[in-house]
Amino acid sequence: MSGQSVIETVDLTKTYDGTTVVDRLNLHIEEGQTFGFLGPNGAGKTTTILMLLGLTEPTSGVARIGGYNSTREPIKVKQISGYIPEKIGFYEDLTATQNLAYTARLNDLSEELVAKRIGESLGEVGLSEVAGQKVGEFSRGMVQRLAIADILIKMPKVAFMDEPTLGIDPEGVNQMLDLIGRIAKEQKMTIVMSSHQLYQVQRICSHVGIIVKGRMLVEGSLDQLMGEAFGGGRFKVEVQLAEITSGIVDRIKRIDGVVSVERSGDSLVVGCSEDLRPQIAKAIVDGNGLMIQMQIQSYALEDIYMKYFHEAEV
Amino acid sequence: MRGLMTVFRKELADDFTSWRFLILFALVFLAGAFTLYVDGQNIGREVTGTTQFIFLKLYTTSDQTLPGILQFLNLVAVFFVPIVGIALGFDAINEERNNGTMSRLLSQPIYRDAVINGKFLAGVVTIAIMITSIVLLVAGVGLRMLGVPPSSEEVIRLIIFLVVTIFYGAFWLGLAILFSIFFRRVATSALASIAVWIFLFFFMPMLAGLIANTVVPLDRAATAEEYFSNLGVQSTVLQLSPIRLYQEAISVILVPGYRTLGQMIQLMGAGSVSLLPNPLSLGQSLLMVWPHLVSIVALTAVCFAVSYVKFMREEIRA
Repeated sequence: MSGQSVIETVDLTKTYDGTTVVDRLNLHIEEGQTFGFLGPNGAGKTTTILMLLGLTEPTSGVARIGGYNSTREPIKVKQISGYIPEKIGFYEDLTATQNLAYTARLNDLSEELVAKRIGESLGEVGLSEVAGQKVGEFSRGMVQRLAIADILIKMPKVAFMDEPTLGIDPEGVNQMLDLIGRIAKEQKMTIVMSSHQLYQVQRICSHVGIIVKGRMLVEGSLDQLMGEAFGGGRFKVEVQLAEITSGIVDRIKRIDGVVSVERSGDSLVVGCSEDLRPQIAKAIVDGNGLMIQMQIQSYALEDIYMKYFHEAEV
Repeated sequence: MRGLMTVFRKELADDFTSWRFLILFALVFLAGAFTLYVDGQNIGREVTGTTQFIFLKLYTTSDQTLPGILQFLNLVAVFFVPIVGIALGFDAINEERNNGTMSRLLSQPIYRDAVINGKFLAGVVTIAIMITSIVLLVAGVGLRMLGVPPSSEEVIRLIIFLVVTIFYGAFWLGLAILFSIFFRRVATSALASIAVWIFLFFFMPMLAGLIANTVVPLDRAATAEEYFSNLGVQSTVLQLSPIRLYQEAISVILVPGYRTLGQMIQLMGAGSVSLLPNPLSLGQSLLMVWPHLVSIVALTAVCFAVSYVKFMREEIRA
């Protein structure tokens, strides 16, 4: 599997003036994955992306994209990767089309292709109607969508998006996430999206990596991580009972799919791999228990994040 | 070369469509118009009694009632070229950084130096077009005014003048780009360039006098020898300034009558030219200012080289 990694780092390390920002980071992202790169501010997400793109030299270690060494063959790497920096900007005196044309020419596209790609990518992000407007008049959300169009011009294998939803309104965030998800699917592009907005990552990413203080705490597919983090239980059912007896606990434990049963006060917290509320209710009734209420919760990425994050802090 | 032409074309288009360019061009145009006005008033007096190098007089004629600083050559050396150079370069790099276009630009498959080379080249071409158009403007209207076509030597001298001026402009452009790399804020880099300019044209002569008087103090009983060495120190210090280097160089190139840059001229004032009626040949004029020309080119190269190295080594940080 690791042979197909399109993005790969080996012991990637970056030190700025004695402070280690990225610490022996090992990353494997396979082709077609949508990878959520999670971590608090200053965890080293952006620095890692910059090193992968060959914009910053690593202190030690290797970064590779599509088999090319990012430090030694930056041009080849940049040919196959697109990048949306956190503080994205366009030339405000130029129109959207002119801005994209500049990108296209920097990528050595032929003139016919320039016009074709600009039309297509502006259409894709829904900015066709403002193609002739100066970017200075654009809203933040429009600029972000233009940034996506800017990547589409290039048709890269890999796209890095650094906090692509930062500073736009909820409506814009939704559009943006849909757009990114759609592109990942349609263009079969490998996307690395850094963020600290967990629910956004959860919505479109199939794989995540959590980085804290320059170290990769955990990496893998969302399902796999949920499994590892909570022993296979993706759902958490909380049952409040008038009285908790060991008979009831035993009955619940015997249900197929129940992973854990814990007592907390007058409640039981049941970890399970699927929604087992009816079965649990039946078990309680069968055990002559009196149920006051029952709640189900699905674990979110946030729980995983907090779990690993706290472990790292300790 | 990858990306260089694309960056160059884009920057050139930016330069030419910006308000900044229109304002500068209006200024430069006014300088040409002003020169022609002075020519119209004075050239008749200047050209009596001589038939040599009349055409070049279009560029060197001065109005006796105006201060010397308002001569065409001084205007070009002290004001226009520095202002144009600074105005075209002061925000070259930091503006892109602040706008977030730099990291997007550098993530395209181009060599990093294409960005700075392209910007520098576009600036130089813009300066060249401005300077050439003003010289041609004066030449065209002057030709009608005089009715005397330029001799081939005059044309060559004018071309050399143009080339030197473009290098001089490139120096100011390089300096401004240098500051735009070192300072994050556009206002700071603009101010730094302007500070250097003011220092060189305003404080440098004072400083030169001060140093000369410290090294060779002059009192009432000073001998001619002391007086000369005082002036010598002064002009040596002044020659550290590119403004001075350029002024001396183009004076010699455009006024074939200048036989020396020594103290005699300074003692006797600009009018002394007419005391030495035999003009120098082009080769001899060039020989005299060769060190100046080399220095101007070298200063430009140093400015650009420092910018280049700094820009190439600069790390893009998170």
